[in-house]
Amino acid sequence: MSAHVLSLVGVRKSFGSEVVLEDISFNVPVHTATVFIGASGSGKSTLLRCINLLDGIDDGVISLDGQSISDPRVNTDEIRRKLGMVFQSFNLFPHMTVMENVTLAPIRVQGLTKSDAEEQAAELLKRFGLLDKAKSYPDRLSGGQQQRVAIIRSLAVRPRLLLLDEITSALDPVLVNEVLSTVRDLKRDGMTMVLATHEMGFAKQVADEVCFLHKGRIVEWGSPEQVIDSPRDPRTQDFLKRVHEAGRL
Amino acid sequence: MSSLNEGATSRPGSSGFENRAFVAWEPSALELERRAIRRKQNHRNVIIASLSSVLVLGTLLVVAITSPGWKSLTDTFFKWAYGFEVLPKIILGFTTNILLTIIAATCVAIFGMAIALTRTSRSPALTPFRILATIYVDIFRGIPMLLIILLVGFGIPALRLRGLTNNVLILGTTAVVITYSAYVAEVLRSGILTVHPSQRAAARSLGLSNFQTLRHVVLPQALRRVTPPLLNDLVSLIKDTGLVSILGVTDAVRAAQISSSRSFNYTPYVMAAILFLMVTIPLTRFTDRTMRHAIERQNAQGMA
Repeated sequence: MSAHVLSLVGVRKSFGSEVVLEDISFNVPVHTATVFIGASGSGKSTLLRCINLLDGIDDGVISLDGQSISDPRVNTDEIRRKLGMVFQSFNLFPHMTVMENVTLAPIRVQGLTKSDAEEQAAELLKRFGLLDKAKSYPDRLSGGQQQRVAIIRSLAVRPRLLLLDEITSALDPVLVNEVLSTVRDLKRDGMTMVLATHEMGFAKQVADEVCFLHKGRIVEWGSPEQVIDSPRDPRTQDFLKRVHEAGRL
Repeated sequence: MSSLNEGATSRPGSSGFENRAFVAWEPSALELERRAIRRKQNHRNVIIASLSSVLVLGTLLVVAITSPGWKSLTDTFFKWAYGFEVLPKIILGFTTNILLTIIAATCVAIFGMAIALTRTSRSPALTPFRILATIYVDIFRGIPMLLIILLVGFGIPALRLRGLTNNVLILGTTAVVITYSAYVAEVLRSGILTVHPSQRAAARSLGLSNFQTLRHVVLPQALRRVTPPLLNDLVSLIKDTGLVSILGVTDAVRAAQISSSRSFNYTPYVMAAILFLMVTIPLTRFTDRTMRHAIERQNAQGMA
């Protein structure tokens, strides 16, 4: 039994004849953030969906706290309770208020009473400055607020690991910052995270380890300074050059 | 930790407009001129609409009244004194239609939902039921309801099975439920399919089971979207309960038929029609309003 919260060994995933992930192996120690960078279509989102068991894998092993979760016999609902996931498109439930969004899983999945769940949710909302929005419906919130609510919703089930899938890609530059500062706060609180992002500056701030994905393979990994500031692999150099030209560094 | 929320609340953007100073505003001469032009345009439109209405409706009325059969037609269809004489009987019959609507609507909601859920589920155990549900919908959406009423109403008693009823009211209701369940199932299914898969993914990633996802996330959104078409179906259902009169159920249509065959006067039919309209028109208006709200809500969501 290791101190790794998450560990992947030789994971492969294909859609039909197209191989999306190949020989993916990495470990995520507790309280650390692993950030995946790479071009669109490099497999970042698929990787996170596979870890959350939303997509099945073709080969390899995914383990959570030393337990294999890629075994078809595991109870997927039980595993997902230990994993929080935040999506690029927020995916808040539009027919529920912010409070109802955040308390749905604690009440239905963890069996908390409504008042306990609401108390806990109010605490989280207050901590992230969204308590005054508790009774609002998602369509009354800005994109940044919606994404922060989505983060809080995933935190409400007290996950072991948080998966963040390009959570700022659908936001305009001004709103990106409020979401990123929320993630920095989580990092400071010791949340273990796996992220996929296009924000290199942010990746440098929160990552303990950065992995560069290229066509479904990890071609370079290491500290953020090493991978982002002085990449060794020509493919990483090329990608970062293009990101730099686009003004995202 | 407490420093976090201060950072978040003091961020600009959340309290913008309230503090802006109020400045009294007077419309400019240009705007006043534009308003005068718009008023003039409005007046012209109202005059055109009134003129064309009077012209078209007036012509229709004149043609009807001056037609050679107008006198005998009003005697046969609009003999109000006779109409009010038989009205109590027709109202009594109409209560059957209302009762039948309530019972049928309840059963249709249950069966329709069961069929829709079966057809949209992916569970391997339900495969045979999924096939049956598809066949059911195909068949009963494709047969005129009058035929189904006749087949059920006269077919089931002809089986002479013990324990099966010969009560035409029950058989008629059954036929209506069979037909409408097929329609409503398809409406519900289309609603379920319009809920984006990402909603399901979000719910599942929170650890909700398949059933919980359906119950708390998918169905509430689906039902909201299909409320207008479902209300539409309810209006049709009320009207179509009149068809069971063919089995001899004394509903409003049958009551009117009995009265008119005694007197060779068709006014009872008109009275029955008015009774149906008294229920269906308010319900149609209500449906229109619900539909408008649904569209507004959808547009608001698109803007967020």
